[in-house]
Amino acid sequence: GRGEGRAPAPERVLFPPTFSVSEIKNKQRRHFMFLRWKQQQRKEKLALKKKRRKEREALGDKAPPKAVPKTIENQRVYDETTVDPNDEEVAFDEATDEFAPYFNRQTVPKILITTSDRPRGRTVRFCEQLATVIPNSHVYYRRGLALKRIIPQCIARDFTDLIVINEDRKIPNGLVLSHLPDGPTAHFRMSSVRLRKEIKRKGKEPTEHVPEVILNNFTTRLGHSIGRMFAALFPHDPQFIGRQVATFHNQRDYIFFRFHRYIFKSEKKVGIQELGPRFTLKLRSLQKGTFDSKFGEYEWIHKRREMDTSRRKFHL
Amino acid sequence: GRCYLYMKTIERAAFPRRLWERVLLSKNYEKALEEIDENLIYWPRFIRHKCKQRFTKITQYLIRIRKLTLKRQRKLVPLRRKIERRENRREEKALIAAQLDNAIEKELLERLKQDTYGDIYNFPIHAFDKALQQQDAESESESDAEREEDDEDDEDMDKREFVEAEDSELSDFEDMDKLETSSEEEQEEEEEVEKKASHSKSKGKMPLKGPARRKRPYIEIEYEEETEPSTKTKAA
Repeated sequence: GRGEGRAPAPERVLFPPTFSVSEIKNKQRRHFMFLRWKQQQRKEKLALKKKRRKEREALGDKAPPKAVPKTIENQRVYDETTVDPNDEEVAFDEATDEFAPYFNRQTVPKILITTSDRPRGRTVRFCEQLATVIPNSHVYYRRGLALKRIIPQCIARDFTDLIVINEDRKIPNGLVLSHLPDGPTAHFRMSSVRLRKEIKRKGKEPTEHVPEVILNNFTTRLGHSIGRMFAALFPHDPQFIGRQVATFHNQRDYIFFRFHRYIFKSEKKVGIQELGPRFTLKLRSLQKGTFDSKFGEYEWIHKRREMDTSRRKFHL
Repeated sequence: GRCYLYMKTIERAAFPRRLWERVLLSKNYEKALEEIDENLIYWPRFIRHKCKQRFTKITQYLIRIRKLTLKRQRKLVPLRRKIERRENRREEKALIAAQLDNAIEKELLERLKQDTYGDIYNFPIHAFDKALQQQDAESESESDAEREEDDEDDEDMDKREFVEAEDSELSDFEDMDKLETSSEEEQEEEEEVEKKASHSKSKGKMPLKGPARRKRPYIEIEYEEETEPSTKTKAA
């Protein structure tokens, strides 16, 4: 057999051509052979790297440019619903959908933030902080009221959006965002919520100024509509004196929300300081009308079996 | 749910099928208690009492069930551990890939370059020219441009106090705000600049990082236009 104290194997080892390490029945021997094989692979890889580097240095300026490393974003499966900024059909749709009155400045956003029944301390504090971030928003506690009854009342009192934060075991874990006058309803899974005191920074509270909004990376049609939903939460004219910015950044179907205060140190440098809560959202479903779990018409639901099959396919 | 009274007697112990005798009790609570009494008439007092206690308990929880089903029920959705773990891991990786701070800073600088902030900040004039130069020259003269910028920043420091206060970092925001508002008011009163006619598209908030043109996503600064009214009306 092969003893462990043997010297490393000779360079050229002859094996019958159909041999593979996994066919050895003895575990100890198999393990040993596998380690040896691994070492050989590593050596070969290192040699290849060195050779390439030498070639590159030898060529000097004429060397071909370095290959771009493959990332998931590079390899993303092309989504046919990606929006082309010059697309007229999309522009027409957006001019006539439910957010058109907002973008035409006919309505001012007024938000109602509420929770599920009996919210716990963390959720309550999170709601309050969210209310400071979003201007013109009000927090009301839900004492056992049905959403379907709240909605007509909200519409009567001129609210444009409804946010419901769902709670589980004392932490918020879901968000339902509903555009009120008969608008779409989006249901998100919320994770990694950080309250203001948990964020490491030494800044002050956000002021009452209207913040700017940054929406990053919403490329497909679905992403577009979600992006507009988020944009509709904030008033149209930001107050630049406030120097506050709320960011919704979409990366691989996760939407990261951050709230910063920025300051321009020069034309090329800007400093940002994070204030306000942060959380990440993942879209679970998008419904056409207002919140209705039984009879609603779903525009998009996340179906795990179909949509999670490929690691490089994203929907937002 | 209706309640039944079940009784058994030792004479029937040999016949399990006929062991229990069933009596339907009335819906009315008091009448049902009386029925229990008349059915269990020769039974010991203790057993009758216990039976009535049990009956009371049962009716009370039936009432509660009926009330609860009318209210909203909390629906429990089971989490799948594998999926939860997978999603958490992917979220962490996405966070690392996102490089949020860089993205936000880049975006803010882009907006500054595209003049969305108007004239609140001192440097835009120079930045605009620099941006034009850089776009034309295609990065060969970047080092020269940067040196020029530094010189011009020093010039700005003489004009306004705002630039000097950079050193105080981010803890003096209130002072910054006061300084900025004063400078902003002066500038807005003075100027009447014409902007190019904006299409209806630019009013919408286009998601960023799109390929070609990036519209001003947010603001519509209204300026008084004295010249060129005809072209505007035709375009609109």
